[in-house]
Amino acid sequence: MNAPAAAILPGRGGLFGGLSDLFWRNPRLLLLFMLLPPVLWLGIVYIGSLLALLVQSFFSIDEFSGLVNREFTLKTYAELLHPANLDIILRTVSMAALVTVASAIIAFPIALYAARHARGRWKVLFYLGVMLPLWSSYLVKIYAWKLILAKEGILNWFLAKLHMTWLLEAWLAMPVVGGNSLTISYTGTFIVFVYVWLPFMILPMQASLERVPASMLEASADLGAAPRQTLWHVLLPLALPGVIAGSIFTFSLTLGDYIIPQIIGSSRLFIGQAVYTLQGTAGNIPLAAAFAVVPIVVMLVYLAIAKRMGAFDAL
Amino acid sequence: MHSEQRAPLTLTFAAIYGLLFLHLPILLIFLYAMTTEERTFQFPPPGLTLKWFAVAWNRADIWPPLYLSLQVAAISTALALILGTLVAAAMTRTRFFGRDQVSLLILLPIALPGIVTGISLRAAFDLADIPFSYWTIVMGHATFCIVVVYNNAIARLRRSSPALIEASMDLGANSLQTFRHVILPNLATALMAGGMLAFALSFDEIIVTTFTAGQQTTLPIWMFNELIRPHQRPVTNVAAIIVMCITFVPILGAYYLTRDTQDTAGSGK
Repeated sequence: MNAPAAAILPGRGGLFGGLSDLFWRNPRLLLLFMLLPPVLWLGIVYIGSLLALLVQSFFSIDEFSGLVNREFTLKTYAELLHPANLDIILRTVSMAALVTVASAIIAFPIALYAARHARGRWKVLFYLGVMLPLWSSYLVKIYAWKLILAKEGILNWFLAKLHMTWLLEAWLAMPVVGGNSLTISYTGTFIVFVYVWLPFMILPMQASLERVPASMLEASADLGAAPRQTLWHVLLPLALPGVIAGSIFTFSLTLGDYIIPQIIGSSRLFIGQAVYTLQGTAGNIPLAAAFAVVPIVVMLVYLAIAKRMGAFDAL
Repeated sequence: MHSEQRAPLTLTFAAIYGLLFLHLPILLIFLYAMTTEERTFQFPPPGLTLKWFAVAWNRADIWPPLYLSLQVAAISTALALILGTLVAAAMTRTRFFGRDQVSLLILLPIALPGIVTGISLRAAFDLADIPFSYWTIVMGHATFCIVVVYNNAIARLRRSSPALIEASMDLGANSLQTFRHVILPNLATALMAGGMLAFALSFDEIIVTTFTAGQQTTLPIWMFNELIRPHQRPVTNVAAIIVMCITFVPILGAYYLTRDTQDTAGSGK
């Protein structure tokens, strides 16, 4: 049907007219024109950087001169297996897991209520109520917790009013989770992580809870299940993809964070802080790169598992 | 879908308290911006005053970071708008080889942890011997703002009908006229929403910016330094309020622009 030689009507004049005809006859050309700038940008700037990171992780640093030795070696990765570095990795991964579990538990009632029981004005309120903290400034949120957890801050004041300061001191006296004060303990770091990532967990959960058809729950009730059984055996499994989708965010964000542990945490390092300090004054970019590859690998594994459990359909 | 019966009381309370938990810390920032106590975080505040707003106004070291942040955000948003719309238009209806991979490529800057993006960019700039400057910050920001614009643009494009474009061309318009009079009005609110979200995202960005900024200080970097070595604590609170207001307005704007559509802006970060 295409007779490119004989045009029945005169072509559109002018530059844009000519271009329009060209694109209309060659849609692939238009596609290429639209696709090229962004793909080039992302490819060069982003993928190029990731490759640069990977390449740097195979270099090593010469201990004596402090210069990067640009030869392929696995020495830097071997350094990751030193006890101190392994500690950092394990610490970060366990914190990420705990934060994920805790945010899932806290987020679930909010998501459930917002998805299935809120109507009209309340629905808007819940939506904005989750969106605004999500988008409000990350540093501001951390700073707010620094205020709250301070020794003279609101949390201690509140506990003192309830005469429950002994509870806090008992908790802080415990070996791993405690510390000198809340702002220099794992507990403080944990609380702030949960707070900051909570909206990331709520939104996918809410989306997937909304998609559970009411008929399923009614059918379960008709077959004699108590509400608690319906929740456990019907609602939760159907909402699981959303939970896992949310957990991807909380896990990945905790793995890479270096600011929260620095502001509220003990001086023991997390992966993010290790990367930050290594590439800063130490100038040990190969080891920093090797550390940075760890979250990538962990997330790839996590994403593969999540994909198998259907989380990608819930994103 | 909604459940028929009313929510159990425990669920309602848990939901409301959860929501309060999300908002209370932010409200405290407002409170602490007005405290008379300068050196600690004492609660309850010994007195309330508005003087810190004036002090912040007069402090010389807040304004340059603020201007830099605004500039970087504006340029990154503009770049992201162009690139994001282009790729959204390309991805809408055509099937081409590598489509899924492009989709992943767009998502990756925001899917991988910020530190990975940050240190990759730093490693790349090191290898290519590019000095850190204003433009390296913009490059980093534009890269992950693309996905925000892309999500909004493609949601809107999927809902618009291709018949409109064909009708417009049948009636004699060339591509530019079609774009200006048919496609752009359709896309306008989605692009505005995406642009506003990208602005807010770039304005608040700290994780990648610390790696790509050389000597430059954006407002989040300034705040970060204040958090580590506090100077006048209430002034940091005032700066926090300024940041919140500057990001609050675009978010609400984006929400209202896309409220009636299926994919409300900002539902995923």
